[in-house]
Amino acid sequence: MGQPARPIALATRGLCKRYDRPAVDNLDLTIYGGEFYSLLGPNGAGKTTTLRMVAGLLKPDAGSIAIDGIDALADPVAAKQITAWLSDEPMIYDRLTPFEYLEFVAGLWRIDATVAERSANELLEWLGLAAHAHERCEGFSKGMRQKVALAGALVHNPKVIILDEPLTGLDAGSARQVKNVLKERVAAGGTVIMTTHILEVAERMADRIGVIAHGRLIAEGTLEELRRMTGKDQVLGAASLEDTFLALVGDAPAVAAE
Amino acid sequence: MTAGRRHRARTAAIALIVFAAFMHLLAWSMVGPYANAGADKPTLVTMTGCLLLSGSLLLSQAMESVTRAFYTRSDLDLILASPISPRKVFSVRIARIAGSVALIAMLLASPFINVLVLLGGARWLAAYGVVAAMGAVAAAFAVALTVALFRLIGPKRTRLIAQIVAAVIGAAFVIGLQVVAILSYGSLSRLAPLQSKWLIAHAPGLDSAMWLPARAVLGDAGALTMVTAASLVILGLAVAVFSVRFGDHATAALGVSQTVVRQRSRGFRRRSPGAALRHKEWTLLLRDPWLVSQSLMQILYLLPPALMLWLSFGESGTALVVVVPVVVMAAGQLAGGLAWLSISGEDAPDLVATAPIASRRIIVAKVEAVIGGIAIVFAPLVAALGFVSPLAAMVCGLGVLIAAASATQIQLCFRVQARRSQFRRRQTSSRIATFAEAFSSIGWAGAAVLAASGSWLALFPAVIALGVLGGVRLVSPRNS
Repeated sequence: MGQPARPIALATRGLCKRYDRPAVDNLDLTIYGGEFYSLLGPNGAGKTTTLRMVAGLLKPDAGSIAIDGIDALADPVAAKQITAWLSDEPMIYDRLTPFEYLEFVAGLWRIDATVAERSANELLEWLGLAAHAHERCEGFSKGMRQKVALAGALVHNPKVIILDEPLTGLDAGSARQVKNVLKERVAAGGTVIMTTHILEVAERMADRIGVIAHGRLIAEGTLEELRRMTGKDQVLGAASLEDTFLALVGDAPAVAAE
Repeated sequence: MTAGRRHRARTAAIALIVFAAFMHLLAWSMVGPYANAGADKPTLVTMTGCLLLSGSLLLSQAMESVTRAFYTRSDLDLILASPISPRKVFSVRIARIAGSVALIAMLLASPFINVLVLLGGARWLAAYGVVAAMGAVAAAFAVALTVALFRLIGPKRTRLIAQIVAAVIGAAFVIGLQVVAILSYGSLSRLAPLQSKWLIAHAPGLDSAMWLPARAVLGDAGALTMVTAASLVILGLAVAVFSVRFGDHATAALGVSQTVVRQRSRGFRRRSPGAALRHKEWTLLLRDPWLVSQSLMQILYLLPPALMLWLSFGESGTALVVVVPVVVMAAGQLAGGLAWLSISGEDAPDLVATAPIASRRIIVAKVEAVIGGIAIVFAPLVAALGFVSPLAAMVCGLGVLIAAASATQIQLCFRVQARRSQFRRRQTSSRIATFAEAFSSIGWAGAAVLAASGSWLALFPAVIALGVLGGVRLVSPRNS
């Protein structure tokens, strides 16, 4: 008997977005439920554009996006109900406290107040923000603000969590807390899709890695599979993700200038 | 100014010319009769009163600029780390504040001065010099006042207190004159007390130095020279005394953002997405220092009509129609600021945009927050008006809602993605929106007062206000 089909958390087909040149070019991406997926690529490859389209912040020029089977373009509200987005720049309200911010997010996602409050207190505890729960965010450091934003992304228990370089500017302690919370979410059945330039994080945390260059997915798989794709696994041996990544993007054809 | 579209440049230029022509016509009706005034005592008293009134507004403006210079980080790190003497840099900065205050004052006064020059001769050009001198003195006093607040109450409290002081200074003299006018003459005219026989009789003699600024405006070259020299000395003193430690104060001011503000804790409350959005907007508005100073200013400006209301309680209420346009204008002005903060000043746009709520519903909730806030602020006055004149109250209430809705609509047409901390730049980021808000509020105020008087002529300013809204929709970036 065959293996049961893995649930698909995110599927994009023929996804396109163009500015002066193609930013995302016929992208087909499949990410499975319960997976920690890391999306890598050089600057300007189309990672953020792709994720912003998935999160509903940008309209694609063509293609489809399905989140847990929901057509995100036809029914964006239903898709957003099970999705969370966290950008690299933590956007929170300076004059709200973390507690008030999480209450606001819970209201937007129609989460039961009692359940949301319990979840909020747990998250603030895990992220080391419990002592600051009732202080206005205006005095917070970058790391604290990012953790508040992350708590906001998680308080409504999303199925799919999309993060764009969430560890940028965080100190080691804050980064460790964020990584632990994300690992816990994946262990509980959630799906995490993350872009990062810190390849060691992707190497240690990701179940699968996708490499984007010039708006196209040029490689995808586990770290071992990516090493084999470069054809240099015999030469490089247990090459790091950095070596593998550089080998892959170095070979990627550029889009012809128009 | 044209939100980035060239074809709107021509429209904006035409609108500016029309606006300038309108302002000159208005000035003609207000100051035309005084073009040939001489240096007699009544003229000097009235002129000096007007200069003091303008001066208080300039001081208020200058305090806003100085507070902004202290609390904005921008290039402070670069300046303090550079080999250029901070004293030189901050001397220039203080002088620049003086220059910008003076320039704005000259711009606003230009229709009136131009009309006086046209009708009364070149002597009135001296008024530009007096206005510039007043700008310099206002900047000097503003720096001194702000530094004094720093030393008295510390940088943490100065930010808010300075804004409140600026609002009160700006309003106090104007309102004081109105209160005296109401108590003495039953009129809202600010000039009534200045033209009273009692004041003229008790004012200093014609040779008093007190009349120097007024004489300078009337074209006295000697007086103009003395006024200009005095203003430069005052500004020079301010620069010499305060530029030395300007950098220290600015650095201390930046540390204010690190202070901790705790809020009372209570459990999560169940809310719908729309209710959550409204509650968030109201919470942020209530905690916004701009709102505190602006609301205080609007409330202060409402004091004279409220006083008139109280004095007229039990009378027929026909005199109360003068209250209506003041209230409607105040509502329009306040609503414009609230609408910008709610609609454009969204600090977490990604969060709101990725929430499972239709974008239209988000906008509706923000508009509800603005209109609801206006209703809460102005309902007590409208209710009080209802005891004296139900018709005036009904017209006033409707005028408040329509003026607020119009200001909100203008902000929707020109909405941008900005941070709340950029609020002060809103009036320069789209001047068309700023002018449209002003014209719309004036139009609805005019319509309200005529409607409250039972005149069908109310249709004309209403049509003008609607025309402004229609024009805004045509030129707004969202229609391109």
